[in-house]
Parts: sequence; structure tokens; C-alpha cells
Amino acid sequence: MNRDSDKGKMLMNRTLIWVAVQMFLLFLIIIRLYYLQVYQADKFSNMADENRISTRLLIPPRGEIFDRNGEILAGNEQNFQAMIVAEQTASIDDTLAKVKKILPLTEAEEKRIKEDLKKYRRFVPIKIKDRLGWEEMSKLLLALPDIPGVIIDDGLNRYYPYGEKTAHLLGYVAAVSEKDLQRDSDPLLEVPGFKIGKDGIERQFEKQLRGKSGSLQLEVNALGRVMKEIDRNEGQPGEKLQLTIDARLQQKAFDLYGEESGAAVLMNVNTGEVLAFVSTPSYDSNDFVNGVSSKIYSGLLNNEKTPLLNKAIAGQYAPGSTFKMIVALAALEEGIITKDTKVYCSGRMQIGNHYFHCWKRAGHGDLNVVEALQHSCDIFFYEVAKEVGIEKIAAMARRFGLGELTEIELAGEKRGLIPDKKWKMETRGEPWQIGETAIAGIGQSYVMSTPLQLAVMTSRIANGGKMVKPTFIPVTAEKISSVKYIPVNKAYLDFVKEGMCAVVNSQGGTARGAFFDFHGQKMCGKTGTSQVRRITLKEREKGVLKSQEIPWRYREHALFVGYAPQDNPKYAVAVAVEHGGSGSAVAAPIGSKLLLEALKIDYEKGK
Amino acid sequence: MYKHYKLGLHNPNLTLKEKLHNLNFSYFALIILLAAIGVMMLYSAANGRWDGWAINHMIRFGLGFVIMLTIALLNVKWFLRYAYPFYFVTLVLLIVVEVAGHTGMGATRWIDLKFIKIQPSELMKLALVLALAKYFHGSTLQNIETTRGIITPALMAFIPAVLIMAQPDLGTALMLLFTTTVIFFVVGVQVWKFLALGGVAAILMPIAWHFLHDYQRQRVLTFLDPERDPLGAGYHIMQSKIALGSGGIFGKGFLNGTQSHLNFLPEKHTDFIFTMFSEEFGLIGGIIMILINMIILIKSYSFAMRTTSYFGKLVIIGLATNYFLYIFINMAMVLGLLPVVGIPLPLISYGGTVMLSVCTSFGIIMAFYINKDTNLGKD
Repeated sequence: MNRDSDKGKMLMNRTLIWVAVQMFLLFLIIIRLYYLQVYQADKFSNMADENRISTRLLIPPRGEIFDRNGEILAGNEQNFQAMIVAEQTASIDDTLAKVKKILPLTEAEEKRIKEDLKKYRRFVPIKIKDRLGWEEMSKLLLALPDIPGVIIDDGLNRYYPYGEKTAHLLGYVAAVSEKDLQRDSDPLLEVPGFKIGKDGIERQFEKQLRGKSGSLQLEVNALGRVMKEIDRNEGQPGEKLQLTIDARLQQKAFDLYGEESGAAVLMNVNTGEVLAFVSTPSYDSNDFVNGVSSKIYSGLLNNEKTPLLNKAIAGQYAPGSTFKMIVALAALEEGIITKDTKVYCSGRMQIGNHYFHCWKRAGHGDLNVVEALQHSCDIFFYEVAKEVGIEKIAAMARRFGLGELTEIELAGEKRGLIPDKKWKMETRGEPWQIGETAIAGIGQSYVMSTPLQLAVMTSRIANGGKMVKPTFIPVTAEKISSVKYIPVNKAYLDFVKEGMCAVVNSQGGTARGAFFDFHGQKMCGKTGTSQVRRITLKEREKGVLKSQEIPWRYREHALFVGYAPQDNPKYAVAVAVEHGGSGSAVAAPIGSKLLLEALKIDYEKGK
Repeated sequence: MYKHYKLGLHNPNLTLKEKLHNLNFSYFALIILLAAIGVMMLYSAANGRWDGWAINHMIRFGLGFVIMLTIALLNVKWFLRYAYPFYFVTLVLLIVVEVAGHTGMGATRWIDLKFIKIQPSELMKLALVLALAKYFHGSTLQNIETTRGIITPALMAFIPAVLIMAQPDLGTALMLLFTTTVIFFVVGVQVWKFLALGGVAAILMPIAWHFLHDYQRQRVLTFLDPERDPLGAGYHIMQSKIALGSGGIFGKGFLNGTQSHLNFLPEKHTDFIFTMFSEEFGLIGGIIMILINMIILIKSYSFAMRTTSYFGKLVIIGLATNYFLYIFINMAMVLGLLPVVGIPLPLISYGGTVMLSVCTSFGIIMAFYINKDTNLGKD
């Protein structure tokens, strides 16, 4: 009995201890709750929100690009795409079979769809086909109730109504690359389907055109399924961009080239505004927006006429006779010649051991500077250049924008080349030869320029020496008035211009065939034919071959620069036709038609 | 002279009326309150739907409550009389499960009798408490303090524990062993023996590790470092902590728990229901829930104190300890204090077996409270 009461007491005491332990343990639970729910509440609240809220960026509509008259050059079109949602259909195969009756799918497309379906969760819409036409759309919409799991989604797709005609100007947008991601930290770049400007204006004005991303806050569950929309911020659409380009001139310029390869630039001589800017052959920007097919791309790469090269800014050609204005100006400025100084052209001259020929074998006889330009006499400019020296010629060329970047709003511009003694020594390690000066006098040897540079040179001659810079962005009057003038005697410029006018308007001018008179408005200009390789002595003896007999890539480049109207110049044009033959036969007509078109447009507008 | 039967010291046969009179209603009220919270949380777990979990839970508790009352009104002597037979039958059932049991949740735990699935391991928790209580009821303190005197009860616990662990159900097995340890402690086994056993266990730990199943090892490792694999095994615990923490002091409100409703929280209707409750009702809710359970426990132990028979006291202590282990392990588990071992929160978590087991336990506790003055003798 005594032991029994001890046993009871023991039980009592031990139980009390155990109860105390239990209460203590439960108290620990409360402490832990306090720690998690009060002390660490903020941290876990954030984590819960991170779990719950999925922020998606909304792609802002890209700014449209217009020409000077409000014509759309790059726009956004509604892009209807058919999507399939796996979880909304009992049988994916059945659904796809029904879709295929309306939208024919290639085997590759079907394979991609099936792979995507495997890759993503069942509620993620998978693209079946995009850029649906109206007919496909209406058929699909009608059939939709019978095809479970198919939805139609609309997004925006960049499109270029002028396609290849504006490709080298506008460039294109395309999917973001790894490189883009490294360069640009905008989170928009990581949004699937976002496109970035890859070339041309699209690339140069990417920032303005892109806009600011909107955001969509969605509540998602653990599987990532969207439960509801929490917040939506529309962002800011991209800025609209107006260019100085005139769509009609742009088209005209492109069409004038036909099958020819080359580049043409037409600009306002007073403002520098570029109205037409083409490089041919071209590619279609629209082909690149959704990823260019390898067939198209390899076709472009293998074309010997280099459609991917923007020849207006990156095509470097010897300016040939179009360079003679610079030589004439340098000579006049240096006092080597006056307007009346005559040089005799016998068709041939000797410098050192070399004979230099004029393009006219019989020679031009006595010529002054105006006549020399009119007839594009080579001997005159050999002689004059020799006297002036390469340094002075180079200095004059640079003042007119040759050998310098024009700083137009495009990437990939080439500088061209205006050689001088220092350059020769540095790059070739040889001293400059006097003969080279003579050849430079007719825009050959090392002299290189882009069509855009030639247009700038022509503008600066035509406008009386105003140092305009080419641009695609409308120029304000204030900015024009601040443009400086080239330190060159206006009278000399007038002599040169007189010569250029004679080229087109006088009997015997090399571009006489390109003459026009549009309500009293005429054109002045200068042709150029630049050699791609030296004409050998043998060939000279055999007589100059006709262009058609020479392989295309050895034919001469045809060049033309011009401006109009003659008295109060407004537009300047530079035309280069690669391996096109002679400047007067091939390039001048293009330049002439382009200037005429520009004048016509002004006339129609009543200006 | 006094009418000693009034004190009940030797009055084992109360009438039904007397028994009903002796019922502790506030104890029942607390149990009903917890079950009601359970129904409410299951309604929320189903995103505001009655059908399915909430209704089933209600039905099960209703059934459980009837069983609880029925058991409470049983003749308390029967528990003493049938403690061993009940234990042996349950042990046989456990062996049957090992041999011919059905597979559920990747582990063999059930006996399917068509109309009800029996989980012998759950029954064993009751049977063992009764059997141990009977053993110590008949033993003397002197005997208890000898090593020989505790070998039999130790085996009584160890055999079913091994069988359950083989199922494999580590959580239940450990609960069984822990309850046994507590019973050994309260009956007066010397503290040094526990320390010695603890020492041996520490030595045997690496060997035990060898016998653990891969998923059990994962659970232990994950418990030790939840961030080890945040998207894999540690995901549950991490999400549970996020749910709890983001609930804050006042909670996100009923039906508004984002972690649970958006399915970030796993097993929100079973093992992690306390997490969901705390996400929606915050620290305040959590503390209230713990307080209710503390009161239930304290009341249970006070019933034990108030009960005359040693057997009754020990049964109540054992069953209350069992209940405590459920709630403590479950809460500690979802709070990241213990590894996830798959222990539900009784009366609240969805699940029939635990509901029936706990209701039966409360019924037995109540039976001894009703018959607190009955002297069971040595039998």
C-alpha cells in the first residue's frame, strides 16, 4: 500500500514535469510563429508576392516612319495568328487535323508545333501560323466553334509598304540577338516576340521608335497559370518619325535603275535634306522581320551585285570626271588659272615616261576651264592638277565633303579617300608621284568617294559654298541659317557652275542628251566614267572595247552629279551605276529624270 | 457513516444518467470547436466549396463524435480487461498488413475491409497505451525501477514500432516510441536509463541511417537545410514558411491565403493545413489554435489527476501525450522545426483514420473521467 502511494506520487510528479515540458514546447511553437509572422513577415510577404505576381512587359507599338508628305514608310499591321492551347482540346491531333484543312501546314511547321506543345505547359498558347490573310482568317473564324483548343491572337507586325525600295534607307526590325542583349539593358528585349531595329533608320532611331514598355501584373498559381489581372500600365508608344524622304522620288529613283546596280541620292542643296536615297539591287525589309529564310538570304549573299551593301554610303567609287570641279576650284583659288586661261589638248600628253590620254583621242584643242568641264577634257585637268599639286586639291576636296564622313543618320558609312602625300607615305611607304597628281586630277588613282559624298559636294557647289550636311530629319530654318560657308571665292564657284551648265545645256556637253527644260527650269551637272582597271596599252591600240564585250565586273562605273534649277539651285543629285558604262549614256539620264521628277513634284504642289 | 458510493470509490457501475451527468461538456465544446475550424479550413482549401473535403470532414467528425460518446459511456472496466487482447489483435493486423496489405501512398498501411479501410498502425497507438497502462497498473514501483521490469513493456512497444517502420511509416513509428518513452518516464523509470538509452541511440544512429529509405533520408536532409534544394524536396517547407510569414499578425483573411489558394502550398488540406490556417488568420489565429489545444491538454491531464485508478491515469496520460505529439510534430514540421514526416493535425486535417483514432482517444479519456471514482483494483 505504501509502495502503491509512492507509485501514485511518482506518477503525479513525473506527469507534472511532462505537462510542463509540453507547455514549454507549445510555447516554442508560438515563439517560432512570432519569429516567422512578425519578425520575418516582410521578407516572406515579398516572397509570397514574387510567387503570386508575374509581371509581364507589354510591347509598345513601334513608332511609324513617314515620308515628308506623311506617307507611311514603315508601319505596324495587325498580325493575326492562330494558336493552339493544349488543355482546351481533348485531342491535339484531331484539332491539328481540322486546322490543316483550313490552313495548310508544312511538315516542318507541324513538327515545330508538336515540339512546342511538348516543351511548354498545357495552358500556354502555341503558335500554329501567323500573318493570316483575311480569307484564312474568316474561314478559321467560321470553323472555330468546331475546333476546340484553337484561338486567334492579334499582335502587331512591322511592315514596309515600299519593301526593297526603302530597304537601304530604313533597314528592318528583327528578333533580338545575343549581342543586342549585351548592348541594351531594356527588359523589353527579353520579351518573346519583341523586335529591334537592325539596320538603317530603324536601328539609328531605335530609342525613339521603340517607346516605353508597359507592364501587366498577373496573379498566377503555382503552375504559372494566370488567375487574374492585377494591374496594367500601357506604357508609351514609340515616337512617330518623319523623314525628309519623298516616297514618290524614292520609288522613281529605285525604278530608274531597273536591273542596274548602283546608288542614287537626291538632296535639297540649301538644307541638306535627303529626298531620295536608294541603293540597288536591294532586299525586301519585310523578308527580314520574321526571320529571313536561308534561301532568300543566301541568294542575297551570292549575288555579285551585292544587294546587302548600302552603296549610297558604303559604295566607294573613283569619282572620275565628277571630281574635276574640285580641281578647277583649287586651280582658280590658287591662281594657277583664271577663267580665260586656255590649255591645249592634243589628246595625249607625257609626264615622265608615261603618256596620258584624253578620252577623246583626237584632242579638244584650246579650252578654258568652262569648256574643259563642258567637254570633260582630261588633258586640261592633268595639266592643271599637276600645277596645283595634290595637297591643294585634297584640301579643296575635303571642304566639299569628300574624304570625310557626312555624318548622315545611318551606320556603316564609308569615308571614301582623298589621297595626299602624307597618306601615301603612311600607307604605301612611297613618295607621291607627280603622275599620280595628274590622274587624281581626273578623279582616278586613289581618289574614292561615296555617292552621298558626291551629292554633298554638288550641293555645296550649287548653293554657293554653304556647308550643308545631308540628313533624313527635317531641318529647321534656324539651323540652316547657322550653316557656315566654305572659304572659296563665289566667282570661282560660278565659273564651275557655268561649266556644269554647259555640260548639259550646250552643244558638245557630255550630258547634252540628258537636257530638259521644265517650265524654264534646267539642269546642270557633270558626268563621270571611272575606270575599274587601267586600260592597257594593247587595248588602246586595238581601240576601246564596247562595254558589252567586257565582263560585267570589269566595266567602268557610270557617274553623274547634277543640280537644278540652274539659276536658283534647289536639288542636287548624285548617281552611280556600277559597271554601267559611260556616265553620259547611263548615269546622266537617271540623274536628269530624278531632278525633273523633283521639279515636277514642286510644280504640282504649286511651289 | 458515510455513503461511500457517493464518493464513488467503490462504485464501478454508474447508471447512464449518472454517466451523462458526469460528462465534461466544455471538453467536448473545445473538440467540436477544433473540428469546426477544420471544416472551415477545408472549405477554404477547396477554394470555397463544401462538397468534397468540408462535407466529408463534417460527416467523419459526426461519426467520430458518436463513437466518442459511445466509448465514453462504456464500462470502464472493459478497457482494463481487454487491453491485452486488443493489443494482440492489433499486432496481428499489423503483421497482416505486412503480408497482404494494400498499397496506399507508396507505403503499405491499410487493410481494406471493403466498407472501411483500417490502418492498424493507428489502432496500435491506442492499443499500446492501453496495454502499457495495464502492465504498469499491475506492476510495482520497485519492479518498475528494475531493468527486468521494463523489458516486457519495452518489447511491447518495440515490436509494433519495427513493423510500422517497415511499412514504412517512420512518423507513426517514432510517435509510438516517443509515447512509450513518456509513459516509461511518468511511471518512474529512472532518468539515467533514458540517458543511457539516448547514448546508445546516438551510437546506433549511423546504423539506423543505413536502413532508412531514400525519401526518408531526403526528408531529414531537407529538414536540416531546406534551401539545399528549393525547387525539389525543400520546396514544401520553403513554401510553408512563406505562407506563414506572409500571413503576418492578422493574416490575409478567410479564403484569401494566396500561397494556399494559388497552390504554392502543398498538401494544404492535410499535413499543411495549419500553415493555411496561419496564412489566413495570422499570428493571432495561430496562437488561439495553440491555446485551444493547450486547454484540451491541460484538461486531459487534470482528468488524469482526478481519476482514482492508476490504469485510468496512465491511459489518459498516454492518450493525451499521443494527441500532444500529433499537434506538436505537425506544427513543428510545417514551421520548419522538424523534418516533414507526414503527421496530420488531428480534428483539422482531412483524413478519416486520424479523425476516428483521436475521437476514440477522447472517448476513452472521457470514459475514465466519467468513472473517475471507480477503483479498478489490481485485476
